[in-house]
Amino acid sequence: MRTRRVTLLAGHYGSGKTNIAVNLAFARKKEGFEVTVADLDIVNPYYRMKDSEEALKEAGIPLISSAFANSNVDLPALPQELYRIIDDKNGQMIVDIGGDDRGAYALGRFAGALKKENDYEMILVINGYRPLTGDEKETAQIMKEIEDAGHLPFTGIINNSNLGNETTAEDILASVRYAEKTSRETGLPLLLTTVRADLLPQLTGKIDNLFGMTLQKSRLW
Amino acid sequence: MKDKVLMKGNEAIAEAAIMAGCRHYFGYPITPQTEVAAYMAKRMPKIGGTFLQAESEISAVNMVIGAAAAGVRAMTSSSSPGISLKSEGLSYMAGCELPALIVNVQRGGPGLGGIQPSQSDYFQATRGGGHGDYHMLVLAPGSIQEMADMTVKGFELAETYRMPCMLLADGTMGQMMEPVVLNVDNVKTAEKPWAVTGTKCEREHNVINSLSLVPEELEKWNLKRYERYACIEENEAMAEEFMTEDADIIVVAFGIAARVSKNAVVAARKEGIKVGLIRPITLWPFPKKILANAAQQAKHFISVELSMGQMIEDVELAIRCSRPVSLCTRVGGVIPSPEEVLEAIHKVQL
Repeated sequence: MRTRRVTLLAGHYGSGKTNIAVNLAFARKKEGFEVTVADLDIVNPYYRMKDSEEALKEAGIPLISSAFANSNVDLPALPQELYRIIDDKNGQMIVDIGGDDRGAYALGRFAGALKKENDYEMILVINGYRPLTGDEKETAQIMKEIEDAGHLPFTGIINNSNLGNETTAEDILASVRYAEKTSRETGLPLLLTTVRADLLPQLTGKIDNLFGMTLQKSRLW
Repeated sequence: MKDKVLMKGNEAIAEAAIMAGCRHYFGYPITPQTEVAAYMAKRMPKIGGTFLQAESEISAVNMVIGAAAAGVRAMTSSSSPGISLKSEGLSYMAGCELPALIVNVQRGGPGLGGIQPSQSDYFQATRGGGHGDYHMLVLAPGSIQEMADMTVKGFELAETYRMPCMLLADGTMGQMMEPVVLNVDNVKTAEKPWAVTGTKCEREHNVINSLSLVPEELEKWNLKRYERYACIEENEAMAEEFMTEDADIIVVAFGIAARVSKNAVVAARKEGIKVGLIRPITLWPFPKKILANAAQQAKHFISVELSMGQMIEDVELAIRCSRPVSLCTRVGGVIPSPEEVLEAIHKVQL
């Protein structure tokens, strides 16, 4: 996958954008890039990049996030340092956009500048096991809605098909066909297929461009 | 790909309701249940259903009354403060004997409270919430699969007994994701000869009303309703029992508190403590018999709940105060950790 200055992750609500953004940031940092992550979610007050604040800090990855993220203040607020996404050319910027077209509205203000600079990757995160993106047609529809709202065309797809904690290697293998069909339907290249790190050995060699991830938010129940 | 889908609790409620034949959803957004409305807004137009965002919670619940009176499966959903607003309608629904599904994805209170999970609407749900002598059926799912299953079951129970049914979840259950299988074969529907569908000049008018001008008549209605409630208490109480067979200590918890408690019970068993979990699935009717039965063996009960101690009263009543019952709780949107529940188990002196 190309490493452009700005990597934007958008997609259907609950498709896994936040988790991928954080994992991508760790991976890029390991490759030696200076990385900053930005949370532009204006839809969901829960499950934000703020959950990973400590881990990001430890890894030396600055987090641009609304002061109200993960708080009881349920506002669609954007972070103060918003314009660093455009102006801070120091290293890589990974941006987590809120779900669906409603989330992508936050992107609109940057679309012009990002197109002008032309050093961005706009990634559609897909999960074929989610109810409203179960096939390529539905997924393409949501893609179009997001593009219309954000005024920025997608450049690639990350297949993040999973069933949460119950995901097996077979589930990921079965999702490849869906991801390829979605790629054909949308005309976008399939950049990566994500997999929980512990399933990586079972799938290496069977799927191209695998990306091992750890879940950032652990559960006590 | 599998027939399993990865869903948020709120989405599971919405899709299961559609699967159950619900084509009339009336709502008003509030965190942490807004995904129910958002999902319905996307799906309903595609299947010829009605999604309507009303101007307030009060109109939403009254639209449910209208749709239910016409005999269709109707529902609304909200979170704690919104349910308070809907309570007048719930009382009317009980009075009119109308079946509908009401979803409460609870958040911290009182007042506007916060947007984090809570179980402090237990009294409101199980004691009625609105005015007058009435009950609602109250279902408390413990997994996202159960959120879907209980949605279907909720419509069925509501129709069987002609009364509102509340699905009582919390912010965590609404927001968390788990795989779900939606099984359309499980859906049952009931005949509704009482519905106001137009007489076509072929029958007498059906009347849906909660007003009675004759006190003796109203008394009769209430007595009849409570006969039905007794039948429900006898037949519909549900609970999951986990490691209760030889238990000296019984933890009682529902919903998210039960998930945390289960981990604590497993940890305590590893230490050799004989402890089990009873997870009420119906909060009204409360599974009294199952608890009373457990009290024959167990010496101590612990009520784990995200409230200042509401369900604990039903635990004490169910076992007729024959055993001490202690309370383990976090409130205000905080969930107790398995370690905190384990500590509550350690504190019990047998």
